[in-house]
Amino acid sequence: MLKTLSFPLRIVSPKTYGYRFSWVGRIGLGVILLWAGLAIFGPALQPYPPGEIVDWDYFGPMSDQFWLGTDYLGRDILSRILMGARYTLGIALASVFLACAAGVILGMVAAVIGGWFDTILSRLLDAFNGIPSLLFGLVVVAAIGSSIPVLIMTLAAIYLPGSYRFARALAVNVNTMDFVTVARARGEGTPYLIAREIFPNILGPVLADLGLRFVFIVLVLSGLSFLGLGVQPPYADWGALVRENIEGLSLGAPAVVFPSLAIASLTISVNMFIDNLPTKIRDRS
Amino acid sequence: MTKPLVSVCDLKIGAVSDAGRKIEIIKGVSFDIAPGEIVALIGESGSGKTTIALSLMGHTRTGCAINGGTIRLGDHDVTAMSEGQRAQIRGTEVSYVPQSAAAAFNPSQKIMDQVIEIAAIHQLMPRAQAEDKAIELFRALALPDAQTIGSRYPHQVSGGQLQRLSAAMALIGDPKLVIFDEPTTALDVTTQIEVLRAFRSVMQKGAIAGVYVSHDLAVVAQIADRIVVLKGGEIQEVGTAEQILKSPSHPYTQQLLQAFDPVPHVPVSFAKSERFPPILQVSDLCAGYGPVKNSAPAAKILKNVNFTLERGKNLGVIGESGSGKSTLARAISGILPPYRGHVMVDGYEQPGALAQRTKEQLRRAQIVFQLADTALNPAQSVGAILGRPLTFYHGMTGRAREARVIELLDMVRLPAAIRHRLPSELSGGQKQRINLARALAADPVLILCDEITSALDTVVAAAIIDLLKELQRELQLSYLFISHDLSTVEAICDDVLVMYKGEVVEALPAHQMSRDATHPYSRLLVSSVPKLDTGWLSGLEQDPELVARFANR
Repeated sequence: MLKTLSFPLRIVSPKTYGYRFSWVGRIGLGVILLWAGLAIFGPALQPYPPGEIVDWDYFGPMSDQFWLGTDYLGRDILSRILMGARYTLGIALASVFLACAAGVILGMVAAVIGGWFDTILSRLLDAFNGIPSLLFGLVVVAAIGSSIPVLIMTLAAIYLPGSYRFARALAVNVNTMDFVTVARARGEGTPYLIAREIFPNILGPVLADLGLRFVFIVLVLSGLSFLGLGVQPPYADWGALVRENIEGLSLGAPAVVFPSLAIASLTISVNMFIDNLPTKIRDRS
Repeated sequence: MTKPLVSVCDLKIGAVSDAGRKIEIIKGVSFDIAPGEIVALIGESGSGKTTIALSLMGHTRTGCAINGGTIRLGDHDVTAMSEGQRAQIRGTEVSYVPQSAAAAFNPSQKIMDQVIEIAAIHQLMPRAQAEDKAIELFRALALPDAQTIGSRYPHQVSGGQLQRLSAAMALIGDPKLVIFDEPTTALDVTTQIEVLRAFRSVMQKGAIAGVYVSHDLAVVAQIADRIVVLKGGEIQEVGTAEQILKSPSHPYTQQLLQAFDPVPHVPVSFAKSERFPPILQVSDLCAGYGPVKNSAPAAKILKNVNFTLERGKNLGVIGESGSGKSTLARAISGILPPYRGHVMVDGYEQPGALAQRTKEQLRRAQIVFQLADTALNPAQSVGAILGRPLTFYHGMTGRAREARVIELLDMVRLPAAIRHRLPSELSGGQKQRINLARALAADPVLILCDEITSALDTVVAAAIIDLLKELQRELQLSYLFISHDLSTVEAICDDVLVMYKGEVVEALPAHQMSRDATHPYSRLLVSSVPKLDTGWLSGLEQDPELVARFANR
């Protein structure tokens, strides 16, 4: 009996694997997960259809009937924020992953291959970086019209050059290390070099960069919506909610306060989470 | 007996690790230094020698703290002083010469401004007087152009000169104690001599006491009056230099001395090896860096290198830094494709660029680098590092690969469980063994060793050399062994190439090297290697013409 007990029983938890992280990070992760949950289950939780005028008053106060008040047309704000979460989170996440994935891969390839490939790609993306982001968004959306895929692609394109530059700078440093030289002397190809030798060693800073870029994308998306080029009515992301209710600001209406709080809570908690990632991931490089 | 200048009593220094665990670095060390006496602290890396030396200035590295004991310097109780009071004695009572002079000088300021900075900070003397004193010190340290060298920038003088200039910087405030922290470790042997001589003469002339931190017994023997042997933060043995060298009593000191004694290399002979083609044949090899113009790069490093390495033999390549030793290894391995010449491995022509070589060609010659920690990917476990070449060259997976990894670890005398660890959890010697094991994983016939023992402690390096010899017997390997250290080369090689400015100036059997070298540069190199004898430096006579021609002092 005793022998079976002496078997090294170890409960597998983040702690035993060294993936423990601080409370600030956990709170951040909690808020992100909460918003993600609300975005997924939003339609089931909405007390009212988000596009329907349900109150005779506009900029109504918080009440038992309308928890977060009503907007400038008398629509329920809680329902509209739940609907907006899908757009804001979905569009921002999709474009940040597109921008970072493409930017980081191109950056690492440029660092490994070097030479003409690196020079041409870098100059090209530098030139692209010179176009002001909102202006670029305006032109593209005005030219092809606003739809969700267009928004995602536009935002990804705006943030790709920055991500490329960042990843290339990190990868160039790792690329000169002896272990990369050893792998190269072994005859390894570029895909192995970037995936196994370089990427794990730049992962920490790249994740921090991804968090920052996510925040920027949420803000630019809000900016585009604010100009009327983002998600089209009657649907709206959080930035659009702020814009359409901006006149209520002088009345102190909850219709403008709560969408702003939603943007703030998401962007801040993403940064709290990224800055407090488990040391095992963060301190890799 | 006169009152000692420095007395350290029961010194304890500790640190708190990242995990919050308390670590004792120095465990109750006591010693005295008499006025004008030079005491050497010697030991392997991690023995606490630099930590003790820094504590004499009242300084500890970030995260460390003096937890107990007293340090008295002259009339000052360093341990009881405030940080402001300590700043007052630094530079005037005690000063510091760092290991890397290049990193200690600000590259954007003129040398003179930096040398007299101590006088300015402590307001010791007017600027003109300080400059005169600095020039005097430059002369005393045998620096060329003493009048004008101060108006140059740090990159305009050589490494040996810069190290002597940093000594001038330390001496300008007339300190009673100077701390030398491995000041010649980063220098070539030919340069080291002049720097040691200069240090010794100024210290003797001024009757200044010194602490000389080093891991090299032979260097310490030339300059120190007494030697303190440290290990694991404790004093193992104290004695005069003569006594430590001649009759060491502590086993660790004996081990240190043994590691210094080169075991002559016994050539390995493999049966029926005469018929095979040479393992490595290099003919007319030229390589360089920079943009290529007219099919030759801008900076040409290797110039028409020719040599042959027979099966089962080892070839040593020696020369000072910048002589093209590492470039040779890189050109042979294809990391830096040569622009002219041929490399034949095992009788087959090896294409220049990596991309043109087949897996089989790449497999035959493996390279091991000097810095063990940058040569291992910090994000991969030892098992993954060793497993990759097995999959890449031999297509091994799963159980077979795991078994082979364990076998490889056994070959380099490491326990099998180490395969689950990350490189950051290994010691320097262990890392270098993993590097070797990774090269062995390819089943090569030739291993290019680029200064593989230079960054290791004497005792650890000796163990690696023994391992290399053992592996050679078992696996019939050949080594191309690059080093700047003649005694290491003698310990493992059959033949030696001496390189100077990218050319092979001499090639001869290793055991004849110290006797029969004829080229002036080889003779200079041989005579510059410090010997375990306290009178060696004083008795050493080198042809000044030779020195002027070849030594980059």
